Amino acid sequence: MFKRWLRNTSIATLMALAPLPSFAQDTPRQGGDIIVTYKDDIATLDPAIGYDWVNWSMIKSLYSRLMDYEPGTANLVPSLAETFGVSDDGLTYTFKLRKGVKFTNGREVVASDVKYSIERAVNPKTQGPGAGFFGSIKGYEEVTGSKTTTLEGVETPDDATVIFHLSRPDATFLHVLAINFASVVPHEAVEAAGGDFGKKPVGSGTFMLKDWTIGQRLVFERNPDYFVKDMPHIDKFTVEVGQEPLVALLRLQKGEVDIAGDGIPPAKFLEIKNSPDGPNMIVDGQQLHTGYVTLNTRVKPLDNVKVRQALNMAVNKDRITRILNGRATAANQPLPPLMPGYDKSYTGYAYDVEKAKALLAEAGFPDGFETVLYSTNTDPQPRIAQAIQQDLAAVGVKAEVRALAQANVIAAGGTEGEAPMIWSGGMAWIADFPDPSNFYGPILGCSGAVAGGWNWSWYCNPDIDKRAVAADSMSDPAKVAERSGTWGKIFTDIMADAPWIPVINERRVVAKSLRMGGADNIYIDPTRVINYDAIYVKQ
Amino acid sequence: MRVLKAMLRQPAALFGLIVVFAVLAMAIAAPLIAPYDPDNQMFDGLTLEGAPMPPSSQFLLGTDTLGRDLFSRLLFGARTSLVIGLVANGIAVAVGLFVGILSGYLRGIVGALLMRFTDLMMAFPALLLAIVLAALLRPSLWIVAMVIALVNWVQVARIVYTETRGLVERDFILAERSLGAGHFRILFVHILPHLMPTAIVWGTLGIATTVLLEATLSFLGIGVQPPQPSWGNIIFESQSYFQAAPWLVFFPGAIILLTALSFNLVGDALRDILDPTQRGRG
Amino acid sequence: MAFLILRRLVQTALILLGVAAITFLLLYALPADPARMIAGRSATAQTVANIRRELGLDQPLLVQFWAYLQGIVHGDLGRSYAQKTDVGALIAARIPATLLLMAAGILVEVVLGLTLGIMAALRRGGPVDRVVMMASFVGVSAPQFVVALLLLYIFAVTLGWLPMSGFGTAAHVVLPAATLGILGAGWYARMVRSAMIDVLNQDYVRTARAKGLSSARIVLRHALPNALLPIIAMIGIDIGQFMGGVVVVEAVYGWPGIGQLAWQAIQQVDIPIIMGVTLVSALAIVLGNLIADIIAPLIDPRIRAQ
Repeated sequence: MFKRWLRNTSIATLMALAPLPSFAQDTPRQGGDIIVTYKDDIATLDPAIGYDWVNWSMIKSLYSRLMDYEPGTANLVPSLAETFGVSDDGLTYTFKLRKGVKFTNGREVVASDVKYSIERAVNPKTQGPGAGFFGSIKGYEEVTGSKTTTLEGVETPDDATVIFHLSRPDATFLHVLAINFASVVPHEAVEAAGGDFGKKPVGSGTFMLKDWTIGQRLVFERNPDYFVKDMPHIDKFTVEVGQEPLVALLRLQKGEVDIAGDGIPPAKFLEIKNSPDGPNMIVDGQQLHTGYVTLNTRVKPLDNVKVRQALNMAVNKDRITRILNGRATAANQPLPPLMPGYDKSYTGYAYDVEKAKALLAEAGFPDGFETVLYSTNTDPQPRIAQAIQQDLAAVGVKAEVRALAQANVIAAGGTEGEAPMIWSGGMAWIADFPDPSNFYGPILGCSGAVAGGWNWSWYCNPDIDKRAVAADSMSDPAKVAERSGTWGKIFTDIMADAPWIPVINERRVVAKSLRMGGADNIYIDPTRVINYDAIYVKQ
Repeated sequence: MRVLKAMLRQPAALFGLIVVFAVLAMAIAAPLIAPYDPDNQMFDGLTLEGAPMPPSSQFLLGTDTLGRDLFSRLLFGARTSLVIGLVANGIAVAVGLFVGILSGYLRGIVGALLMRFTDLMMAFPALLLAIVLAALLRPSLWIVAMVIALVNWVQVARIVYTETRGLVERDFILAERSLGAGHFRILFVHILPHLMPTAIVWGTLGIATTVLLEATLSFLGIGVQPPQPSWGNIIFESQSYFQAAPWLVFFPGAIILLTALSFNLVGDALRDILDPTQRGRG
Repeated sequence: MAFLILRRLVQTALILLGVAAITFLLLYALPADPARMIAGRSATAQTVANIRRELGLDQPLLVQFWAYLQGIVHGDLGRSYAQKTDVGALIAARIPATLLLMAAGILVEVVLGLTLGIMAALRRGGPVDRVVMMASFVGVSAPQFVVALLLLYIFAVTLGWLPMSGFGTAAHVVLPAATLGILGAGWYARMVRSAMIDVLNQDYVRTARAKGLSSARIVLRHALPNALLPIIAMIGIDIGQFMGGVVVVEAVYGWPGIGQLAWQAIQQVDIPIIMGVTLVSALAIVLGNLIADIIAPLIDPRIRAQ
């Protein structure tokens, strides 16, 4: 039945034994404990619920999933699965579990745990944000509609086999099994925690939670029984929360802290960058991020495509990157450069004030118009909004800046006809998984253009929607390149309608102490921010 | 005229008066004095790396993190901040004085009710109210002034209430009352003057704190929105730059301090002149 | 007296009920959707609707409020939307640090404020007086964040006398308390100074002075007790403000107080936490004022307890 067993892979094991090219500079050393700081408290470590960029990487390390990524890359590899196969029609996925993997409570991981965990993530009672990712599994609607709690499409013929039956081909399905919501949890621990599983997590990942002092610190210790040898490298990491980023940096410079998780605040960036130790302390890397201004296609006069194109030409993106001290590059399309499908040859709308004015005149607004630009209120977002405001004023468009708390901006964006323009900074799209489709559905597709949705342009092009569905049905692994090309074309075609002004691709900056080792891309891992499994302490 | 003359004779009061007038004049004449448009993000206002420029002959007080001229922004910001510092704070002190004095003086139900209402207002999360207002109303300077007054009067009322309770039992008030003086006379002729020092302390220290509070409210989306400058939001936007660009914190801070201090000097002098028996207090 | 206190306690309960009702109403009026905030970016409209239903946000406001009140009566502050855990436990975990910083901060304020205020009042018009006055204005005009960072930079980074961040030992509380104390002492100093001068001008103090009582005795016996009245009222106010959280100072010194919890909850529209913190700080404010009102007659016996 399954003609193409993809790979009998033990890449994950190989990877740890034979160093990857990115590790080649020096061999990871085992041992050591480190201190990581964050400003915000950790909300939860429940993988079905946690969905912010701080707990994302911790949940990654606490649990394991059927699929995962090679550290520092976007390459999918089997993890809890030993092998897997896909049927020809792309509707059936079969996974053979790795033998002898244990939860940190000592029990062996079996197939029914996988089924339970995904059903739990989909069950409305869990109140999980990630249910929608599993929409292609048969029986999904019945579970989200509270008709039943078991997914018809997940089958466990024996303890070592999980079979997924899909209701439609889904090229992203393997990525879906690698996101946090698909983490495998032991049901007895969930039940024992009585609703507090997020504070008492049990998994089978590289680390386990040893201690959690609320509002102060979390202590993670390595899982000695983790199924990949010599993983992770460090013995222990302590996360201190409630730490102001500026102070965290001072502590890092003093050697009290090893990783300042919130990065380097703008006020301190140039000083550190230009200091003698700067280059060794700063990790500055690309992430799957695009910052954009949404142009509400249902608000006058932005409903006019010429106006939207004119605004695209009016924004001086290079000046914005200068305000960010060069920590970003100008963007011209929705996809970030690292994403498969990014079109290098596409040039987008060049900065051209005269042409913008001419287009506005053509659209019937020779003297411009008045509008409102929303932004969140944490530095540097209001500054960028003001820079955009000044650029728009140069072509005659008077935009009033409204800098509000994030929740209010999100609410305004999701209310039809409310927010003409929104600068996405602070809420910008960072991919859930490294696949171009993730940049479409919720933020540019028709399904997101609903009340409470995230498509703040309210852009809905049925034609493009059809092409998107077609691209996502290309689940044949042989067609990966073709599929990326299809997606790339979708995004550049969207730009003809100009529902966004793609402004910048912001790089992520992490500050680490001099003793921390490992390649840059495991501190800015495209799928998990900081990869706690792969970092190590030098000497 | 007599008052003004008396004031001019005291060096401290004279200094305060000059500063107060200078600040007012600069706020009014801002468009004439300002060397640049306060909102203009100038290309040469930032270094190539995007850092603000220190004070120089081109930019007298340096530039901010968007390359705008700080001096021009302080001049225009004075308009916002004076409204907040004087109007909002003035209303807060006046209302607080009124409620505090009444609830401290009146016995029985009315006094108790007034004070419990004050307690309720004080226990109420002001920040939340500000956020909700910000989201519901179209933010404007006058709404901020109102919110600040709403938040600040309760504290004045609390202090004045306690002080009034102490005053009411003093011999001279008891004497007045036994002589048959009316409530109105006792309240405003005998008690109020004793509360003037408190009113001046709150009225003037309050200028500085409300100007800074306005910045917090701007941050929450209520109040002046960018790019309109105010002294508070100039400090607030740039406070983390106090090492990299100390001028962005020092100059606005110094102006807020100087303004509040000057109003205090004038206030003290006024009270001394108007009420010779109270000389030197406050 | 017992009856008076009982009456005040009943009033306190009513005030708390009022605060709860108004806060609930305001949160409901907030144009932000907690379900949307939990659901995050990728969630489908159906997921958001499911979350809203599970949280009971689709119920009428009165039903929600009634359910909340019932919980409170049983000592249950509800469960956090974002953290999915008991709000009471989250707040309780932060109470010790909040109380400690409150006590230490107010202590510094009062000691500093009283000392400076008395010195200024006794030498009014002199150089000491002027310096104190100037300093009090510097204190209130300085942005908290900058003062906190400067103190941290000097005493923790450069001199290394004190720890930079955290909670646990006595040394940890010094910098946060000093920052709050230095910034707030200006108010106390000015209040003490003006109250003292008022008292020193009173006939009975003049009489005492004429009778040849020493300055120290006059200050301690007569002037100070009167100056204490507004100070006690100020402390009552400060208790409330500190219990509501001192967000900036807590953030700079990594202090696990209630302020950071509240701030984060407001950003996430985590209504149960916002309600919980509001009620706890409201309770502190009302109790602070109650204590101030009870102490006042003890210090100045002429004041009748109301």
